[in-house]
Amino acid sequence: MNVTRRDFFKITGASAAGVAVMGLGLDLKPFKSHAQTLKLRFAKETTSICCYCAVGCGVICSTGEAGAGKIINVEGDPDHPVNEGALCAKGAGLSQLANNENRLTTPMYRAPYSSKWQKVSWDWALWTIGKRVKKSRDASFEHKNSKGQVVNRTNGIASVGSAALDNEECWLIQGLMRALGLVYIEHQARI
Amino acid sequence: MTNHWIDIRNSDCILIMGSNAAENHPISFKWVTEAMKRGGKLISVDPRFTRTSSKADFYTALRSGTDIAFLGGMIKYILDNDKYFKEYVAEYTNAAFIVADDYDFNDGLFSGFDAEKRKYDKSKWGFVKDANGVSKRDRTLQDPRSVFQLIKKHYSRYDLDTVSAITGTPKEDLAKVYEMYSATGLQGKAGTIMYAMGWTQHTVGVQNIRTMAIIQLLLGNMGVAGGGVNALRGESNVQGSTDHCILFHIWPGYLKTPKASQPSLAAYNKKYTPKTNDPLSANWWGNYPKYSVSLLKSFFGDKGTKANDFGYNWLPKLEDGKSYSWLDLFDAMYRGEFTGFFAWGQNPAGSGANANKTRDGLAKLDWMVNVNMFDNETGSFWKGPGMDPKKIKTEVFFLPCANSMEKEGSITNSGRWMQWRYKAANPPAQAWPDGQILMKLGKTLKYLYKKDKNAVFPEPIVNLKWDYSTHGEFDPHKMAKEINGYFLKDITVKGKKFKKGDLVPSFAYLKADGSTSSGNWLYCNSYTNKGNMAARRSTVDKSGIGLYSNWSWCWPVNRRIIYNRASVDKQGNPWDKKHPVIQFKGKVENGKYVSKKWVGDVPDGGWYPMQNPDGTDRKDTKYPFIMKPEGHAHVFGPGRADGPFSEHYEPIECPVKEQPFSGQLTNPVAVTYSTNMDVYKSDDPKYPIVASTYRVCEHWQTGVMTRWQPWLLETEPQLFVEMSTQLAGSKGIKNGEMVVVESARGKVKAVAVVTIRFRPFDIQGKTVHQVGLPWHYGWVYPKDGGDSANLLTPSAGDPNTRIPETKAFMVNIRKA
Repeated sequence: MNVTRRDFFKITGASAAGVAVMGLGLDLKPFKSHAQTLKLRFAKETTSICCYCAVGCGVICSTGEAGAGKIINVEGDPDHPVNEGALCAKGAGLSQLANNENRLTTPMYRAPYSSKWQKVSWDWALWTIGKRVKKSRDASFEHKNSKGQVVNRTNGIASVGSAALDNEECWLIQGLMRALGLVYIEHQARI
Repeated sequence: MTNHWIDIRNSDCILIMGSNAAENHPISFKWVTEAMKRGGKLISVDPRFTRTSSKADFYTALRSGTDIAFLGGMIKYILDNDKYFKEYVAEYTNAAFIVADDYDFNDGLFSGFDAEKRKYDKSKWGFVKDANGVSKRDRTLQDPRSVFQLIKKHYSRYDLDTVSAITGTPKEDLAKVYEMYSATGLQGKAGTIMYAMGWTQHTVGVQNIRTMAIIQLLLGNMGVAGGGVNALRGESNVQGSTDHCILFHIWPGYLKTPKASQPSLAAYNKKYTPKTNDPLSANWWGNYPKYSVSLLKSFFGDKGTKANDFGYNWLPKLEDGKSYSWLDLFDAMYRGEFTGFFAWGQNPAGSGANANKTRDGLAKLDWMVNVNMFDNETGSFWKGPGMDPKKIKTEVFFLPCANSMEKEGSITNSGRWMQWRYKAANPPAQAWPDGQILMKLGKTLKYLYKKDKNAVFPEPIVNLKWDYSTHGEFDPHKMAKEINGYFLKDITVKGKKFKKGDLVPSFAYLKADGSTSSGNWLYCNSYTNKGNMAARRSTVDKSGIGLYSNWSWCWPVNRRIIYNRASVDKQGNPWDKKHPVIQFKGKVENGKYVSKKWVGDVPDGGWYPMQNPDGTDRKDTKYPFIMKPEGHAHVFGPGRADGPFSEHYEPIECPVKEQPFSGQLTNPVAVTYSTNMDVYKSDDPKYPIVASTYRVCEHWQTGVMTRWQPWLLETEPQLFVEMSTQLAGSKGIKNGEMVVVESARGKVKAVAVVTIRFRPFDIQGKTVHQVGLPWHYGWVYPKDGGDSANLLTPSAGDPNTRIPETKAFMVNIRKA
């Protein structure tokens, strides 16, 4: 019998499974155990760390058979010494972050004085941003300050973010922004 | 955190103040619960009775913004009742140092105050030196000018009556907290503090934490298991992003951003390399040039040479004395100083103080790049409340990014554990990992600058080392290895031979001559020839105190508890025999140690202990606090902008006209701003209620990632304001009604949550109410979910960090 987790909850009529099962007067243990094995039999498991607070809980992401397919389940990693498999409400809901129809999935552009977004290509977006950065930087670049000291800085651009990025990405941000001459470089840690 | 999450279980007394761990770091509470099972006590101090409070052995409330008064009273209690750990205080802290005559304190002001510039001359807070230039010490702590005696004098004013009058905390509650916590001053006992933004987001934020650091040092709680000063960081990688210094004032690894007055690498290194005349001080920052040169080699690779100062002058210099922090940035934006702006994975239109000012600032830009997973109040600011798109010129590029499960890389948790994540799924449609966006943007800019013969100062962009892709995709392993660092030629260091291209085994092997690279010296040791240390998954804990030293990797050099050489006595024996962090096990001959062997955690330097078993002092040892030039922890902290000791000052917006400790109502060097959007109102009948912001478990930060998720939104669907039954009764407000919360800067509509979790305070004989509201909401989504609580908060900042004061400000409330 092919029962998904969702079907199982439909059968029990509640998401708080334990209590409802008893009320039905049926032995639903086989359904439950079968539903749980589906994930294990066909999924690939990948370890990750939760993206919210800095406790750094381990999670296991289960994806479809082909590997980097769709995330079908996210749960706490029982081997992780900090969370030992437990997760808070946000961590337990991670699959809704992965599979979310509200995600932005294509670059968008809002022209000056426009009232709407328009979809654009990555090539166009990166090329246009590159030109805007160059124009702003070259126009506001200061080689020497009023005292004649070498400062080589870009006064006309600022950057914020992000503590939500990986370490390796954080290094890239500060590296690129500093190479561009920015001094206004900040992020969440300040606030 | 000086310690780490699991270590909380080793604590005898946990003080949770300035955070609500059960709500906002829920899994951390697993280890609080474990400590309680083992007999540890939990104290919760919070203006509001929280989920944390509900589990505490003892709870009491204080008015937001009065933590220094509360804790200053604890310092007085510890000293008056001899609760401090004498040997630790005398030997390991600067309590024994003699303070020079220039130091003074009078009516809320330390010596060296320049009233016109609103700034202190910190040179007035020095120590008396001997003929060799070493600070004089009186280990008996009796000298009237010793730091110890000055602490006693300074905090003698913080008696129960005065503290109670300003905090609103009953005297008996104060005494109870002081008694419970100071019991950890006994040898072998450990107390810990878990704090978060409830302590930092104040114009006295740094001094809030310093006050607790003084307490921890007086009680001998630093370096030991179950102790430490533990900041509960709020974002999954805010520790890592801070370590890599996406901040104006620091370069990766907490090196300083150069200033205009440092024209050469030599001048820069000289300025920031501290010296010591004390042969027993490790003075670890004495290695500064090794780290700065290795960083420059990571920036510019082969293009940085000795002849061109490794590219030092290709990087921007700050103006001396000028701040470019968050509040300054948005002040400059509001004043129209920028044409361009990047917001990577962040929503400043909701997260920064005084959000109306930020939102108006965004309208003054020519262009903005916003990288995010979801629509948000920053990217779409031009169609927000009160905005007319037809009048807003700002071009917006909104770039879709991958989430954490759709890419590979590492993040660093609050306990400094660098943990590797693997890619589980592909990002949807055309969303890219941020690393890929950055690599591609960098390549585009390199191309533009290379081909333009008239480009302005193209060198830093063209010469930037930017080879972190494999087959056109960002490769986090390549970047992680560069962050660790390479040997750039065949070389012998410390008797070990290395080949060009070898990964550097630890920062002790970095060189100042350009023969090594390291994108961040603190992370040197994280990705070595032995492999990716952050990916380790051993669940074996050999330490018995929960260090799990082979699970992931932690900075520095996998040391799980920092300052751990203070966890042992001068002969290397643990103060706490049941929870030893490290222990010296060298061979002994004739009462003297003759071989070096530490067991346990990675020690803070592997030198011999301070003394031999026969009690004779050793000359080949170092003091335990190796990052301080004189090797002693700072109970007297002369480096801070607002004084070497803490002092109670009111928040910039407060409900009183005067405060009992001095004539200085507010921090005399606090940061405020002067645009028409910067209005501050104290003791004003129009805004009589103290307010604070906070978070709930089911949402995260501005809610950009959680408001769009149905389960989480259903549990916490909209903005609310929590208030006492007394306040609600006085205004005729019923639970569940819509109300308007208004400050001098903005207003929000919120659902009234009338509870007994808030109680009115008695402040100097006057009834003062406090309310609180979460800052997770925004106008973009959900409709009618309310807007950001940061529309209410002021642009006022701590003088050291410039963090905004969003935890204590004044509002009024009325029925909507």
